[in-house]
Amino acid sequence: MTTPDAHGSTAITPASDGAPTARSGSAVTPADTAARSGSAVTPADTVARSGSDMFGATFGGDTSGFGGLVRRPPAAASSPRPYGSWFDEVADALEEAYPGFSEAVTRVVVDRGELTLHLLPERVAEVCAVLRDAPDLRFELLSSLSGVDYPSQPDRLHVVYHLTSMTYRRRLRLETAVTVEQPFVSSVTAVYPTADFHERETWDFFGVQFTGHPALTRIFMPDDWQGHPQRKDYPLGGVPVEYKGAQIPPPDERRAYA
Amino acid sequence: MTTTTGSERIVPGEDVLPDPYAAGERRTTEGTVYTVTGGDWDSVLAGGDDEQHMVVNMGPQHPSTHGVLRLVLELEGETVTSARSVIGYLHTGIEKNLEYRNWVQGTTFVTRMDYLSPLFNETAYCLGVEKLLGIEVPERAQVIRVLMMELNRIRSHLVGLATMGLELGALTAMLNGLRESEMILDVFEMITGLRMNHAYVRPGGVAQDLPPGTVEKIRELLVSFDQNLPGYDDLLTGNPIWRQRLQGVAALDVRGCIALGVTGPMLRAAGLAWDLRKTDPYLGYETYEFDVPTETTGDGWARFRVRMREVRESLKIIEQCVDRLAPGPVMVADTKIAWPAQLALGADGMGQSLDHVRQIMGTSMEALIHHFKLVTEGFRVPPGQVYVPIESPRGELGAHIVSDGGTRPYRVHMRDPSFVNLQALPATCEGGLLSDSIVAVATLDPVMGGVDR
Repeated sequence: MTTPDAHGSTAITPASDGAPTARSGSAVTPADTAARSGSAVTPADTVARSGSDMFGATFGGDTSGFGGLVRRPPAAASSPRPYGSWFDEVADALEEAYPGFSEAVTRVVVDRGELTLHLLPERVAEVCAVLRDAPDLRFELLSSLSGVDYPSQPDRLHVVYHLTSMTYRRRLRLETAVTVEQPFVSSVTAVYPTADFHERETWDFFGVQFTGHPALTRIFMPDDWQGHPQRKDYPLGGVPVEYKGAQIPPPDERRAYA
Repeated sequence: MTTTTGSERIVPGEDVLPDPYAAGERRTTEGTVYTVTGGDWDSVLAGGDDEQHMVVNMGPQHPSTHGVLRLVLELEGETVTSARSVIGYLHTGIEKNLEYRNWVQGTTFVTRMDYLSPLFNETAYCLGVEKLLGIEVPERAQVIRVLMMELNRIRSHLVGLATMGLELGALTAMLNGLRESEMILDVFEMITGLRMNHAYVRPGGVAQDLPPGTVEKIRELLVSFDQNLPGYDDLLTGNPIWRQRLQGVAALDVRGCIALGVTGPMLRAAGLAWDLRKTDPYLGYETYEFDVPTETTGDGWARFRVRMREVRESLKIIEQCVDRLAPGPVMVADTKIAWPAQLALGADGMGQSLDHVRQIMGTSMEALIHHFKLVTEGFRVPPGQVYVPIESPRGELGAHIVSDGGTRPYRVHMRDPSFVNLQALPATCEGGLLSDSIVAVATLDPVMGGVDR
């Protein structure tokens, strides 16, 4: 994805999603930025900050002459067919093997060569069982399961699954989102026993409850701990300093550039 | 305790507080709880209501638990009927901390996760950031990363072997393993300045080029490994006691491994040649010539054999790296990303190059601004999420990185193989003898820094 430009630096061009390609030296106008932010965005992107170049200048303030880099526009809400690579095969095979595909899968996103299926939280275990067992899919290994918190979203607690097909050497991401009030996701421990610790970790840090997990207890924090530390609104501690009542503020209250 | 007017005072020499760790016994609803401190097992055996059934809390401070791991073992006589691991004693909130530092500072955090494979943590994280940025690092930086990772793999396997020797009572194995791993730490110190917590791999390349004399030092290292490795075979591989401790113990087959998410040497010892360097190559691993050692029995012995053979494969890769090192940049050319520091060895040690300081202070205001902005604020990473897996000494090390377009990571999750592999503990311990559960933990080789993060 890198091409050398006249300055000897590299320019990043957006990937295959057909977005406009800005090159070295071109200042991105506010109109461009508005046009991008007006497009449908993924949950991850709604928290994205505005700004047009790598140092956050919003009006072409980069006068350095380096200026090769252009911020990547947010990926579209749902990628259009064809997805490219083997992604279409997997989507077709899942659609065939799983009758509830159209309701369960809310979005299909292809970004940076990775395929993400967004699912309804109560359907995750069903879909995983199909993904594991269907002969054309064979995602035998659950590599990773973790949470991400997007406080600006109504469904702020996301759970992200990374599946690996050892047979076909493919990797697939599943993502689901729940609210803080109804944080229920169907547990995949019956399909992938390895999800046991991962789901306990996600419960511990994000407060997502996995229905059907055999013993959903805290795993890293002490049993009587209050709150879920990886949520973005979890209060952070400052450091009291013994010098005229000074206090080092918590990290989220310190000076930040972005 | 004596009380004076209004305030409590502890009188020296008087035993004022009961020692919670002193030997003794107390009755609870679930039976008698004994605190034993060594040499007092008779009291436990004499007082037991149920002579056979016992729950033993092993760890988190126990020399045979491979770190601050706590095992809760239910015993019937000497047989383990139930084994559960309790973790979190080394949880330091690294993933949370990362969200309040910029992208480059992230490497100094992730390097502290699995402290026996710091360079793998750094590389996985940096490959993730680079994938988000859409950049590829220069050829020389790729070779250096591979070189450092393979040295690190040998070091990690040797320390794993050394601690395994310690836990099984083979102290010579420990001393030998640590002797060899010290030699690798010397090379690390020469290249990165530190024995661990290097923060050497950075987004866009590596922190600095190899210092003069590195290649010669690594070649010497290769020669001495060739001389010393047969000693391990003499000492351990052919040793009947070592064989008997490991063979047929703590076995787990391929189906069990995959169901429990176990990867790395444990999976290969069970017979599946799954190595991400071959199946999902990164950093040009497809261009190196090496084999993926496998065994079929899946027991402690097979894991030991796989690790020993992997050391030899890593030596092959290191040799190819050294031959391949061609002069060139070790950081991307893009000055919007590349760390601006230019280090040089001065009279008072390594520091910012005076020529570079002179240049940015005296001749180029833009370079000065860039230096300042990159160091204080950092670069921005386009929004999105990626998952990058690499083959660490313990299995699949995956970095799931989410960016919101800012100068700091929005979320970083490391899929640490120790954390996942630890779930195989009940499957490998239950039904075996208490002494064999030590073998199960030792051959599983969890690193608690990675487990707890």
